[in-house]
Amino acid sequence: MNNFIIQNTILFIVLVLLQVLILNNINLFGYLNPYIYIIFVILYPLRKEKGSFLFLSFLLGLSIDFFLNSGGINAAATLFIAYFRLSILTYILRKSDFDYQLFNVNSLPFGKSITFIFLLTFIHSLIIYTLEYFSFNDFFDIIKKTAFSTIFTVTMIYFIIILFTKKR
Amino acid sequence: MQQIIKFLQKYRYFILFLLLEFTAIAFTIQSHSYHSSKFVNSANSITGGIYKKANTINQFFNLEIENQRLLEENTRLKNILSQKRIQPDIPYNTIIDTTLYFQSYNYVSAKIYTNSYTKRNNVLLINKGSKDGIQSEMGIVNSKGIIGVTKSISKNYSTIISILNKHTKINVKSKKEDHFGTLAWNGKDYRTVQLQDLPRQANIKIGDTIITGGKSTIFPEGELVGTIKDFEIENNTFKTINITLFNDMSSLSNVNIIQNLHKKEIQLLEATNDE
Repeated sequence: MNNFIIQNTILFIVLVLLQVLILNNINLFGYLNPYIYIIFVILYPLRKEKGSFLFLSFLLGLSIDFFLNSGGINAAATLFIAYFRLSILTYILRKSDFDYQLFNVNSLPFGKSITFIFLLTFIHSLIIYTLEYFSFNDFFDIIKKTAFSTIFTVTMIYFIIILFTKKR
Repeated sequence: MQQIIKFLQKYRYFILFLLLEFTAIAFTIQSHSYHSSKFVNSANSITGGIYKKANTINQFFNLEIENQRLLEENTRLKNILSQKRIQPDIPYNTIIDTTLYFQSYNYVSAKIYTNSYTKRNNVLLINKGSKDGIQSEMGIVNSKGIIGVTKSISKNYSTIISILNKHTKINVKSKKEDHFGTLAWNGKDYRTVQLQDLPRQANIKIGDTIITGGKSTIFPEGELVGTIKDFEIENNTFKTINITLFNDMSSLSNVNIIQNLHKKEIQLLEATNDE
């Protein structure tokens, strides 16, 4: 249990620093930055007790917001996908009771795990850009940025998961 | 009572979710209003300190561009100095009369730590704060033109609302005429900003230089902004006027903060006029 806390604390800090110091300076095609830090939401183990997970996700988003001066945009988006993670997963797997303890994104078949990551990333990006622009006049800009950012982020997250997590 | 406790227990995660989500949305809405001071900003010792460390590495990468820019600025200033008016010779009696000098602006140098020019609402972080006499609503420029206005101030750091932001409204004019307009950004391209509310009598051409108007206490008159790229006229009024910035907002490093020494006096005067 202690090991679990230490591991996730380190992951939390590493993700925040990675995001604000490196990934936010990538600017692919002049404006694209991947939001890798939501890998925390994807990898955090499923538990019956969701309180600490929701709070940590909120805190992770808020830490990013502190660095980016973006109000509460990242906090709102990250908390949202954290809350609906289980619903999305049950929807994709089409079963309501699975083993909470043994769940791992890696153990899912390719199609299902990529859909899972895609849905979370898409919702996250959509909320971020909607709140950032905060106006209906920029609807097409929001959709365009959401689409490209989602593709970029999903690709990077998928490779990171393949490379850095243990396969069960 | 039993029912309420049961209800709370059943929906405790949903309630926690709603609570935190509303907090986040509240921070977001606060960040979208220009006048409220923000709670979530990077002008604090933790984020500022981390950015400071990162900047010691990053600054090496644009040393060359920055040196070039400083050299150009020096050349320009030296040329201005050499244009000094020829004074009648007073060989033995040089009088320095301080009443002949009237300083209204003071420039403080600062270094930019972060720049997020790809965002709709750009905020920069600089390494000067209240310790160095920086206050809210001071103008930021470099040798190529205006950059933004200070917003949140901590002891050692301050955040700047860049001109690439939804909330900047800066008073500008064309260099050859005294028709004033407002500078805003539509969020599309970081090299182009928009000029609004220019009266239709104004006679502008593509390529005209736009400078600050000096109608506010933030920027003095004549700070550079950019040149007119293109414009549309509809029903005899200007619809959109695009301006190409002189500054490359994607690579900023050393800047100057403008302190208006007469700000208090001007504001006091304006306040008494309102009564």
